[in-house]
Amino acid sequence: MTDFLQLFLSGLATGSIYALAALGFTLLWQASGTINFAQGEFVMLPAFMMLGFMSLGAPMLVSVVCTVLLAVVLLGWVFKRGLVDPLFKYGMMPIVVATIGLSIAMRNGVRAGYSAEAHPFPSLFADKIYNIAGVTVTLQDIGTFSLALVIVMATQAFLAKTVTGRAMQAVAQNTESASVLGINVPRMIFYTFAINAVLAVAAAMLVTPTYLAKFDMGEGLGNKAFFAAIIGGFNNSRGALLGGLIVGVCENLAAAYISPAYKDAVALVIFMVVILFKPQGLLGKKEERKV
Amino acid sequence: MKLLQHKVGLAFTLAAAALLLVAPQYLKNYGVYLLSYWLVFVIAIMGLNLTTGYAGQKSLGHAAFFGIGAYTVAILMKAGFSFWLGLPAAALICFVVGLVLGFPALRVQAIYLAFATLGFNTAIWLVMRNEEWLTGGTFGINNITRPALWGYSLEGNRPYYYFVLAVTLVMAGLLWGLLRSPWGKAFKALRDNPIRAESLGIDIRNYTLLSFAIGAVYAGVAGALFASLVQFIEPAPFTVGASIMMYLMVVVGGAGYFLGPVLGAAVGVVLPEWMRDVPGVAAWYLPIFGSAVVLMMVWLPDGLLSIPDRLKERRAAREASALRAANAAKMKARS
Amino acid sequence: MNKRFALKLLTACVIAAVSTVGFAQNVIKIANIIELSGGGASAGTNFKNGVELAVKEINAAGGILGKKIQTSTADTQSNPGVAKGLTQKVIDEDVFAIFGPVFSGSIMVSMAESRRAGVPNFTGGEAASITEQGNPFVFRTSFTQATAMPKVARYISDQAKLKSIAVIYVNNDFGKGGLDMIKKALANSTTKIVAEISTEPSQVDFSAAVLRSKQSNADGVFVYSNEEESARLLRELRKQGWTKPVIGETTLTGQKVIELAGDAANGAVAHVGLTVDAPLPAIRAFRAKFEKEYKYISDHNGMKGYSGVYILKAAIEKAGKLDRKAVADVLHTLKVRAADHPGVLMDVAFDSKGDLDRESFMIEVKNGQQVVVATLPPLSGQIGGSASNAAKVAPAKK
Repeated sequence: MTDFLQLFLSGLATGSIYALAALGFTLLWQASGTINFAQGEFVMLPAFMMLGFMSLGAPMLVSVVCTVLLAVVLLGWVFKRGLVDPLFKYGMMPIVVATIGLSIAMRNGVRAGYSAEAHPFPSLFADKIYNIAGVTVTLQDIGTFSLALVIVMATQAFLAKTVTGRAMQAVAQNTESASVLGINVPRMIFYTFAINAVLAVAAAMLVTPTYLAKFDMGEGLGNKAFFAAIIGGFNNSRGALLGGLIVGVCENLAAAYISPAYKDAVALVIFMVVILFKPQGLLGKKEERKV
Repeated sequence: MKLLQHKVGLAFTLAAAALLLVAPQYLKNYGVYLLSYWLVFVIAIMGLNLTTGYAGQKSLGHAAFFGIGAYTVAILMKAGFSFWLGLPAAALICFVVGLVLGFPALRVQAIYLAFATLGFNTAIWLVMRNEEWLTGGTFGINNITRPALWGYSLEGNRPYYYFVLAVTLVMAGLLWGLLRSPWGKAFKALRDNPIRAESLGIDIRNYTLLSFAIGAVYAGVAGALFASLVQFIEPAPFTVGASIMMYLMVVVGGAGYFLGPVLGAAVGVVLPEWMRDVPGVAAWYLPIFGSAVVLMMVWLPDGLLSIPDRLKERRAAREASALRAANAAKMKARS
Repeated sequence: MNKRFALKLLTACVIAAVSTVGFAQNVIKIANIIELSGGGASAGTNFKNGVELAVKEINAAGGILGKKIQTSTADTQSNPGVAKGLTQKVIDEDVFAIFGPVFSGSIMVSMAESRRAGVPNFTGGEAASITEQGNPFVFRTSFTQATAMPKVARYISDQAKLKSIAVIYVNNDFGKGGLDMIKKALANSTTKIVAEISTEPSQVDFSAAVLRSKQSNADGVFVYSNEEESARLLRELRKQGWTKPVIGETTLTGQKVIELAGDAANGAVAHVGLTVDAPLPAIRAFRAKFEKEYKYISDHNGMKGYSGVYILKAAIEKAGKLDRKAVADVLHTLKVRAADHPGVLMDVAFDSKGDLDRESFMIEVKNGQQVVVATLPPLSGQIGGSASNAAKVAPAKK
């Protein structure tokens, strides 16, 4: 029983990181119909930005702030203006292809420009281990899960309760009506991209201490976030959290009880089942088919 | 045929054909190997172009069929069977699996189809990696020989190149015929507006399944040739990443253009190799490639082969506006 | 038809690029076919740096047989298929010898090409199967698992006196080869293997693997994986409160692993064929030179590359001519002493399969440093015959 709990708890921690990446993914889709295949790299780049700032001598907190600002500019504004805006009118696939190209460029750019090796990354949390009833959890696990939960809830609250948030939701649901109502649509969309950038930075801070900063750390993460978003519900923010946690926990359990080699298959199987029987995801709403 | 109508076009085509036949004599081992590698991908991408470019089914799982073809040949040859049994077996298996993959396509739309095919690819890759008793797992299958054709050994790089070239031309010819037939028109109707197509009496179900199946056959044949070309098969070239690269190659070349795969495969396979040799560029060839894809999407979302069409459009637009301006001036003069 | 034309232009450029290979015959061409990205990036980069340092020194001292060495480097991306293609390519360019790949999975595939062309191919790979293919042109720069594992096994049963052990290995050529060898080596000993836990290359989450080791109630764990994964494993072991012995091989206590694992690496014990912390003058000199050139401390892969080039030099000088077959033949019976060729770092002897035999060390990580706690003699006795003070078990020096 303690083993099960152990796996469950570490699964929650990993899953909450997937949830953060998945949440950004879902938001982008809702607000602008963008499928961002570079989401994993969006988490990888802030990790290296942090390393860069810290190697220049900045203390950790300052580096975090600088990274957030830089990420919002690069992964938010530049991404939107440079890639999404020009391609918006051509439909979904050109954006997909462009983000794929972007992920290749980012991943290999870091490899060629910075380093091909793995680097250690400082943790936000002190290195403490707690032993509760036979189950070991680190402060890192608890912190990751709590922080991710707080961030997701905060995002939800922002979207539902503030005026800007509701304006963003309006844009996501019906862009034309929103602009008729006087909402500054491009700015709302930009806010979505900015939030995605911040979420990516948060994910980077939480995941890189374990994953180690490496140019290809985004690949696996991007895939899992992607599956998690679909499983939870592509058009629902809470779905991203649920999807992420499900993927994280099930993977761990499968690795221990079934087979480590098919660990990746777990997320996949759940994903396929959801796609075939409930394509809008566990918490999502059915989308109409336009003729 | 448009090709033969322009004298310049004809000249270029003949020059290209001549180059393809003669080039290997001037290239060393590795150069010939690279050309064969390129042709193998041209075949695979032709298949994907059919599924995605002509029939509109967004498939991100093509590398899985490529892999199934390669492993079929590798496993059969290791068991002692001839390549000439492996090749049709690969094609047949891929046809069947392609049909099977087509079924989810009937249930889900556009982007969800892309996700489903992605899932399919991951599943196949996992089987390739884990089922060691069948596929050799991460160790793969090594020392695959090249076949002999009517007693003439294809072991050397040059003979094998000519063989691959012949297969490419045959497959291209078949595809050309398919696209010119009513089937081809049905595929295009399926891509442009499936519901309207159905209202005109086209069986959406069958054509959807067929577009996957035929595309898969092409990938399977390419995979079979790949196995004997590289002589070592392991799961790495058949991941989702490879599928995505294949999709990129279709789009870059120009989805729905017949010669798109030729250019797309060149950009995806030959260009990185060439860039690797350019001094100073080496480590940067992938970032440059990625950035080029992004820029290309922004400026040429229909791929490189859409350049002539765009130029034509621009010229037509210019002529039309010149005409309008002339007419407006005339009317002004009259009033 | 401009697209066709563009394509032909491209092909023409390929032709041009391929044919502009240097033809100077008074250089010795060496190719580095090495992992500069992917899972093997740190191993490959260190190996390459070692090779290039050695080449630089040799060229400064006049080269081999009066000819300078010219190196070219290509990235295999830790992919065996790419390694194979690259090997073909450099063979076209008429290289004298090939260094790399480091990863066992890659060399197993690419050496078919170097064998076909008769080009000596040095590798950093450790899987036993590399030298069991009957390839007369492959040569190691580190122990085969068939030599290393018996030494580890002896340590586990005789010195650590563990009654049972759990083995965590990586699911590739390297890891599986190691598993087979340790099983064979422990078969007739007092230690039983109670769990064989497989992990994937580039795996990130090891909680399940560590959990299974705990569940097996073993007295200790033997960890056999590549560098990054070993670092993550060490962290997970510490996180889950594992206090029993952690034993491994060279990849467990490498510099990079210590850097990535931080405190979690302390206490790990490993059998290493090469370590920059060994108390031998030739190795100390190498360590200082490497650090001066590249501004960081080398790991064992750097030593592999460096010593490999000097071994090639010794073989060419003994053969007296630049003939690949002759040099390969000389290598199969070569014995080199560090006193004569300090570049080889330690006395070494080769056998007909391309395996080498040397001293080795038991390392324990203390306070983030590798500390040599024992020196083990070569399996076949001292090399060169005359006294070498390595037969004793030397106490920790740092």
